Amino acid sequence: MEIPVMVGAGLVVIGVGLGIGRIGGSAMEAIARQPEAYGKIQTAMLIAAALIEGIGFAALFAV
Amino acid sequence: MRKTFFTRFFLVGTLLLAQFTFAKEQEHKTEGHDKDLKTEIKEYISHHLKDSHDFSLFSYTKENGEHKYVGFPLPVILWDNGLKVFSSSKFHHGETIAEVDGNHYKLYHSKIYKTDSEGTINYDEEHHPTNVKPLDFSITKNVVMIIVTGLLMLWLFTSLARSYAKNNGIPTGAGRFFEPIVLYIRDDIARPNIGEKRYKKYMPFLLTIFFFIWFLNIFGLTPLGINVTGNIAITFALALMTFLITNFTGTKDYWMHQFNPLGNTMPWYAKIPLYIILVPIEILGLFIKPFSLLIRLYANMQAGHIVLMSLIGLMFIFKSWLGSPLSFFLAFAISLIEILVALLQAYIFTMLSALYFGFASEEHEHEHEAEVAH
Repeated sequence: MEIPVMVGAGLVVIGVGLGIGRIGGSAMEAIARQPEAYGKIQTAMLIAAALIEGIGFAALFAV
Repeated sequence: MRKTFFTRFFLVGTLLLAQFTFAKEQEHKTEGHDKDLKTEIKEYISHHLKDSHDFSLFSYTKENGEHKYVGFPLPVILWDNGLKVFSSSKFHHGETIAEVDGNHYKLYHSKIYKTDSEGTINYDEEHHPTNVKPLDFSITKNVVMIIVTGLLMLWLFTSLARSYAKNNGIPTGAGRFFEPIVLYIRDDIARPNIGEKRYKKYMPFLLTIFFFIWFLNIFGLTPLGINVTGNIAITFALALMTFLITNFTGTKDYWMHQFNPLGNTMPWYAKIPLYIILVPIEILGLFIKPFSLLIRLYANMQAGHIVLMSLIGLMFIFKSWLGSPLSFFLAFAISLIEILVALLQAYIFTMLSALYFGFASEEHEHEHEAEVAH
């Protein structure tokens, strides 16, 4: 396995981690502001996180 | 409530058992011959992730170096100038060549190849076998698990339906556990995403796919450890169903959205330069949606199994008192997370399928609403 590929995959995973972290954090803030919208926020959060996660897995499988 | 607590307790117990059986199995293997430990663990993990032609529970090596397998064989069905049906016990776990009607077959990395009586396998430059591969319709481990899950669901939900009919719609027993889940899928997944008018049509598919994926994911975590949803062919088939249903139930407006996304808002000659870019993207999107579904489920389950097995493998790399407790607690924690992931992935698949069905059943009234709003 070539080192550039591995470094690239690592960078992608860092990006994915930051992205999902931001989504989670923003969802927490949103829930704190509007607890009654908990269900809707959670659904939207999970969908966005799942979409980003897919890219992370694509990177992992490239290795 | 008490019952569900016990089922959960039972589940955790079986998971723990899984760690022990895997650990034991590996121990025996490493004792037998002192091969490079890391490559052996890698081989073991990749073997676990693959489908196989026999249902082996565990294996060990005797003191005289003989391999012992505990499990049962499954039928092999090949199409090779006529139907060939025989038991996978003829392969002896890949150690011997099976002879059927004058043809010789050999297992090589869980795939069946046609060989001569010595079982020679020819390779090309990249070390891929060049032997003929007969069409394989075998009842493999994954197929057995799919059939078992299908029968389990059939039995569970028909008996629930009967109990509901008998008790005038009051849930009893397992119904108390499953009713909120079914209602959640109806009220929080199907209705808001597909719309009040058309959601009923999609409910059977959404419920089936949710429970099918969930049960298979959970079965993958039991001591049998059968990685069915981590098999790309199966997730491909599931995503294909979503794709076909989305496109065959699509309304006129859905197809208009694909091929004429701007509608009648501008003259046709102004649309041409835009549509050169826009329409290919929309058409590509049709295929990317189910593709992301299939990759997500496959990759999540595959990754979960790899992480779990690697943590168990730590035990043999550390070779000190530190290794076993560390590996045990990490594997235990990951197992608990995997239970959550099993549910989450089933939920995400159902949710996104419902979202795509919602796109397919869009109707013109949205546009009128938008016009009123302006």
